[in-house]
Amino acid sequence: MLIRPKAGILDPQGVAVERALPALGFDGVSRVHIGRLVELDVPDAAQLAPMCEKLLANPLVEDYEIELLPDPGTGDDAAPAAGSSSA
Amino acid sequence: MKFGVLQFPGSCDDADALTAARLVGDAELLWHRDRDLRGCEAIIVPGGFSYGDYLRAGAIARFSPVMESVIEFAHEGGLVLGICNGFQVLCEAQLLPGALLGNANRRFTFRQVRLELVNADTPFTRACAGRDHLSIPAKHASGRYYADERTLERLEAEGQVVLRYARGENFNGSLRDIAGVCSERGNVFGLMPHPEHAVDELLGGSSDGLCILRSMREALEGALA
Repeated sequence: MLIRPKAGILDPQGVAVERALPALGFDGVSRVHIGRLVELDVPDAAQLAPMCEKLLANPLVEDYEIELLPDPGTGDDAAPAAGSSSA
Repeated sequence: MKFGVLQFPGSCDDADALTAARLVGDAELLWHRDRDLRGCEAIIVPGGFSYGDYLRAGAIARFSPVMESVIEFAHEGGLVLGICNGFQVLCEAQLLPGALLGNANRRFTFRQVRLELVNADTPFTRACAGRDHLSIPAKHASGRYYADERTLERLEAEGQVVLRYARGENFNGSLRDIAGVCSERGNVFGLMPHPEHAVDELLGGSSDGLCILRSMREALEGALA
């Protein structure tokens, strides 16, 4: 799950990084936003969205995206499906 | 009357809240795993870093057993005061509108702040009536009050904005300088500054926090009378 601040809400971490990059010679960088990545194994992918809504994200101030990946243990190549939601 | 002060792993202002509450009434600690509110007539959700503040401040504490009882207590009209981390917990529990985000200055900041008393007609502020301002310390890293524009308009119109940072005092970037809000029904109140740290002029030079606790006591006694 990729969780990021909603557009339009001040992201002080993003602002700090955006200001730091030009000092290292990376010019022209804009719209830096910093979120977080949650990785987990779950028996039922239908649980993921409610998990985000209830705990992992605060839908008031954050958007989230869900990406399903194949189980690395079994090597099953269950087609990676991408879902996305923004409240 | 008896205050109940919640205690989570990571709470750090529970002892001060308990001491402050005892200047006004009886008080006892309520452990986070305990669903029994032990007959407490008002609840204080104290400051600190409940459950390490992992994920988001207050996000995990909100699902603790004691909070299930507090949510029920609040829905029945019980008085609940959330201070700092307690305010974050009450927002996460949706007992209060909005959210508290990382300070705009990106720093944990500790300073005495001057607060404008916006609404002196709540169960948490009636004993402060006659004062325009309160001087109370604030110390936090995530105190930037946020709610969408519609919610902010509603809060202002309904008198739910109880405290504002006075001019020049809004170090965390809170929208509309909001320092404390109450629920629509008025029985739940959250604020980022710490009234429990301003109860004796010997410590910090202000006892302005006491009127908030006194208000709660008077509200309960008025309700019983």
